[in-house]
Amino acid sequence: MEPLRTHKGLVCPLNRTNVDTDQIIPKQFLKRIERSGFGQFLFYHWRFDDNGNPRPDFPLNDAKYKDASILVAGENFGCGSSREHAPWAVQDFGFKVIIAPSYADIFKNNCVKNGILAIQASEEQVQAIMEKAESEGYTLTVNLEEQVVYDHEGLEVKFDIAPYPKQMLLNGWDEIGVTLTYEEKINHYELVHQQP
Amino acid sequence: MQTPKTIIQKIWEQHVVQHEQGKPDLLYIDLHLVHEVTSPQAFEGLRMNGRTVRQPNLTFATMDHNVPTRERHIIKDQVSKTQMDTLKHNCQEFGITLADIHHPDNGIVHVIGPELGLTQPGKTIVCGDSHTSTHGAFGALAFGIGTSEVEHVLATQTLWQAPPKTLNVKVNGELGTGVTAKDLILAIIGKYGVQFGTGYVMEYTGTAIRALSMEERMTVCNMSIEAGARAGLITPDETTFEYLRGRRHVPQGEAFEEAVAKWRELATDEGATYDAVVEIEAAEVEPQVTWGTNPGMCIPITANVPSPTEAVKTSKKDEITRALEYMGLEAGQPISSVKIDHVFIGSCTNSRLSDLRKAAEVIRGRKVSHAVTAIVVPGSFSIKLAAEKEGLDVVFKDAGFEWREAGCSMCLAMNDDILSPGDRCASTSNRNFEGRQGNGARTHLVSPEMAAAAAVAGHFVDVRQFTAQEVG
Repeated sequence: MEPLRTHKGLVCPLNRTNVDTDQIIPKQFLKRIERSGFGQFLFYHWRFDDNGNPRPDFPLNDAKYKDASILVAGENFGCGSSREHAPWAVQDFGFKVIIAPSYADIFKNNCVKNGILAIQASEEQVQAIMEKAESEGYTLTVNLEEQVVYDHEGLEVKFDIAPYPKQMLLNGWDEIGVTLTYEEKINHYELVHQQP
Repeated sequence: MQTPKTIIQKIWEQHVVQHEQGKPDLLYIDLHLVHEVTSPQAFEGLRMNGRTVRQPNLTFATMDHNVPTRERHIIKDQVSKTQMDTLKHNCQEFGITLADIHHPDNGIVHVIGPELGLTQPGKTIVCGDSHTSTHGAFGALAFGIGTSEVEHVLATQTLWQAPPKTLNVKVNGELGTGVTAKDLILAIIGKYGVQFGTGYVMEYTGTAIRALSMEERMTVCNMSIEAGARAGLITPDETTFEYLRGRRHVPQGEAFEEAVAKWRELATDEGATYDAVVEIEAAEVEPQVTWGTNPGMCIPITANVPSPTEAVKTSKKDEITRALEYMGLEAGQPISSVKIDHVFIGSCTNSRLSDLRKAAEVIRGRKVSHAVTAIVVPGSFSIKLAAEKEGLDVVFKDAGFEWREAGCSMCLAMNDDILSPGDRCASTSNRNFEGRQGNGARTHLVSPEMAAAAAVAGHFVDVRQFTAQEVG
């Protein structure tokens, strides 16, 4: 996993609440057995009509958000199914950072495992960013070490993140590798609890 | 004297492998359930890093999401077939027991775990599926995980988890006649929203919960995730123990009584406190129908579809407007006036024998409306057999239902059971998200009884009055 320390990128607003993972990546695309290539199906039925043509009013189809790498959305983003294909699609499409008032637990966890920073900001802050992102070329800079997001117009959002996911993201750790350094402890637990 | 603890804290503490200040705990996992959709990339990860499965005998796999329900041996979709074949190869390579589509234990992962007695009180249970919360009905700490975590559990039999906050969902009194566990959980989500459980593990308590059967408890715990909670559980009691007695994977004879004695100790201590409490009066719950595009958008069968003007926040107004548009409904119309063209009875929420029995009671001697296509998909192969032994298949078929093979089926339409744009379905599943049952299809979540009544009437109908009527 790639470390994420600072990131500067174009902001794309998605002004919807309770965006579920069925919308992020519809079920017909869950049959692949690879981790890659899901970006083309991101928000598939919101991005494309029944004939496969892009819907012009959907932000991800707007030319001014081409190459956006920061997604801003409404509360409870990523609710529903645990499918990790959702963050895979978000990432494969080019997003490295998400900003929303709240996230579903499993989705947020899945983001960390893939090096995506899911920032929690207040509803007012998210609204302010959404409005600014209406203008062409609006970018934000994220500094994970300092836990702050800012633009060149004086907007500054401090955010909270627990120490463990922060370290995971900053260092791009392979979590299984870390856990296996505790193998003795796992062996001991199994011995005491009579696991085979 | 020890501080009183909740069952959640007790199970947690029993499973901590490594605890360090400022870090999540390393939690031991007692049971890992695996299915074909969320596991291929995890096994591939193991292979790429030269890792093995640490505890193959704490791991159990099934095929459910892609399984056809007509001729289950003929998988027309090659991509589905590849995914199922991949699971088979992975289970062979890593030494994991698999109930494939030809196996008598096959069924929906959250149906067969309890059926086989793999699900037990006090266990930590995970699966790459958000409805793993179902197993909480037994007093297990069970939650859904992503594929990276699936790989982590396969390799280490552990997970890094921050201790959750605890939420007591207290249901007082008793449910009225014709009101089901499905109505109860929908009403709870309707009242408190789709994210009140986020960050929490819920414990369902109160007299109405105690009165539920195991299968009804599974329906309630199943939908904890629709309230945002990764896990929801119920303290085990006599109902739990009697359900488990004699099942294949539980201890037998003397050992079972010893296990029960241990399980009893899991009960939340008197005086234990939760981080939050919500309460609901069971008697106030009516049969529910969802009108919108998330499970929180639900109303009693006696009510009218809401209007955007009822919302205060702009984002809520927009959400209601969008949902009405997608669902093709008018604000203010009675939900009972909504006509349907499909009925789906099945899913890990409502596909167990008691669900099928109750639905069969409603339709016995009646006919499915000519405008409706109705299917029943039992949760497992063994439920299908048991139902056939009682003649339920005949009741359904006589009424005009299609009687299918087991699987996840139209809950998420990954197999051939998929609706067309504009189709409207009364469904006993758990999610009414846009496109869940097919692109452009409209899902209304209901109980099996309500689904059966709607199948006959051709529109939503209050099952309490419906069953009182004579069969005509």
